Amino acid sequence: MKELEYPFDSEYLLKKSKKIKRELTESRTDFVQKKIAVLGGSTTHDIIRMLELFLLDQGIQPEFYESEYAQYWQDVMFDNPELAGFGPDLIYIHTSNRNLTNYPSPSDSPEQVDDLLGEQYEHFRVMWDKIADQYRCPVIQNNFEYPFYRILGNQEAVYLQGRINFINRLNEMFYQYARGHGNFYINDINYISAAYGLDKWADPFYWHMYKYAMCMQAVPEFAYNLSNIIKAVFGKNKKALVLDLDNTLWGGVIGDDGVENIEIGQETSMGQVFSEFQTYLKAQKDIGVMLNVNSKNEYDNAIAGLNHPEGILRPEDFILIKANWELKSRNTAAIASEMNILPDSLVFVDDNPAERDIVATQVPGVTAPDIGTPEQYIRVLDHAGYFEVVSLSEDDRKRNEMYKANMERQKQLQNFGDYREYLLSLEMKAEIRPFAAVYMARIAQLSNKSNQFNLTTRRYTQSDIERFAADDGYITRYGKLEDKFGDNGVVSVVIGRKDLPNKTLHLELWLMSCRVLKRDMEYAMLDSMAEACQECGIETMTGYYYPTAKNGMVKEFYGAMGFEKIEEKEDESTVWRFDIPADYQRKNTVIKVAKQ
Amino acid sequence: MSREEVFTRLNEVFRDVFDDESITVNDSTTADDIEDWDSLEHINLIAAVEQEFGMKFTMGQVVSMKNVGEMADIIISRI
Repeated sequence: MKELEYPFDSEYLLKKSKKIKRELTESRTDFVQKKIAVLGGSTTHDIIRMLELFLLDQGIQPEFYESEYAQYWQDVMFDNPELAGFGPDLIYIHTSNRNLTNYPSPSDSPEQVDDLLGEQYEHFRVMWDKIADQYRCPVIQNNFEYPFYRILGNQEAVYLQGRINFINRLNEMFYQYARGHGNFYINDINYISAAYGLDKWADPFYWHMYKYAMCMQAVPEFAYNLSNIIKAVFGKNKKALVLDLDNTLWGGVIGDDGVENIEIGQETSMGQVFSEFQTYLKAQKDIGVMLNVNSKNEYDNAIAGLNHPEGILRPEDFILIKANWELKSRNTAAIASEMNILPDSLVFVDDNPAERDIVATQVPGVTAPDIGTPEQYIRVLDHAGYFEVVSLSEDDRKRNEMYKANMERQKQLQNFGDYREYLLSLEMKAEIRPFAAVYMARIAQLSNKSNQFNLTTRRYTQSDIERFAADDGYITRYGKLEDKFGDNGVVSVVIGRKDLPNKTLHLELWLMSCRVLKRDMEYAMLDSMAEACQECGIETMTGYYYPTAKNGMVKEFYGAMGFEKIEEKEDESTVWRFDIPADYQRKNTVIKVAKQ
Repeated sequence: MSREEVFTRLNEVFRDVFDDESITVNDSTTADDIEDWDSLEHINLIAAVEQEFGMKFTMGQVVSMKNVGEMADIIISRI
């Protein structure tokens, strides 16, 4: 919904939240349901109210558990049947510097300060460990924002006895915990309060009147930032930028002004603004955001502009370059389909409001933010948090190369008459094994973001995945695929539940990344599952297909794999059966699978 | 701004905040008269009224306000 896209009107959202919630809830039916426990050290009512809007807008329908006022610690540490019964998918701990009770005093010795610091930290650490032990779900924890007054003035930051110094050290201990524990995320309210303006943020009126850790008007921005972490944890990040060129990546119109006259580089202040923006985009690419061009231009002019000697981005930084006279909506749709990703993974960046409008209305799902004027582009895109990082996997960093390699493969395909011959020419090598520790994050990520090639669309957190891996009652497999153009990383995940009395394996999850469609990887996965079944005396595999708005492509998947349909329900979900012959013949003949 | 205008604009704010087009406030309206008006919604209401009139209540005023009439009096004295 436009009203909830960054940059939004906070006061409008606060005032109209009831109406907006009603409209959002009625607008779609394909919400992912998530249970979120909000454990507060201050009032959380309006934080939940705003958070709910932003999550609904991301397709997540939250159900909330809200702790009694300031009971965050007690709720975790003492027996709490209500919270246990709630079974949270995520726990958010909303604490602030108002919850720090034991600050150092100016006369304390460094050792006494260290003791205080240790005490404060332990208070939180025991709670996090208890959560990890009992609830095994992702945790989001606020760090601490700075106090709004400074007893020691500028030395507050310097002296160990200063509150700012104390908070900085405590925050660093929080970060260390976060670096050492997967599934634990910091909500950086120190940054958000600074960006908002600490004096306004910390307005004591709201603390003393209502026990709010921040002013009311800051709640939407606060909740938006929090919703970005949550949507990223649940796999709802955007994946790619679709960028206009003229007056977006450089100043001026290259077709009219000529490549020598566009503004980019250190010569003019506008040129510097665009250079900084290109530098920002290049850094986004380096963390796995895929860049594309969508520009009304002659193709040669576009390439000339991207080869400008002062430019930062180069033609090879982009996956697809659409520079033509087509409608931008058509180019955007083509980019989504050629990359095999859904339009709702795309962010369209264009200085022209008319182009943004046509793309947003003609290609449902695409986000086309109002990016303001060139000097505001970075702030708007950055604070919007489309690509919020929750874990930086090797796959993320290599994603651009992988998609580029895909484009190369498609070119090569055109040179082959026979498809099997083409597959063989790719020299594919796969690694198909039970879930391994190094891939848990990637496997969880796939289970949350695969929509199209996903038979049951069950969403799992990393701790769920770790549980399956450790449980003898399950057969788990991840598949990693490499070929002569590059490494695709982990692209397929299968989880089967053993039913030994009936010699049956129930396939609870089968998914594959669309970037390896039609590569016979699914056959290699089936082979591995069949062999694992035979090793433990299982003779039958049962597959399930649950239809969603997005997984129509695998409706007949099990049929194509040689399963027999044994049940079809009214909601079009189906059940399939595959009897594994004693002399099972491998179905994959084109991928070399490494021996375990 | 006349008292009547203040009430017209207050009425709009109440309808937005409580998402209820049937609300009409007068001098003696209190939280007891509007179903959703609890202490938490009160925070939101105050913020929305402040935004509408471009002013801020002091803590003392928020604490002592008895009904919508008194709210209107404060608004008129401040704009």
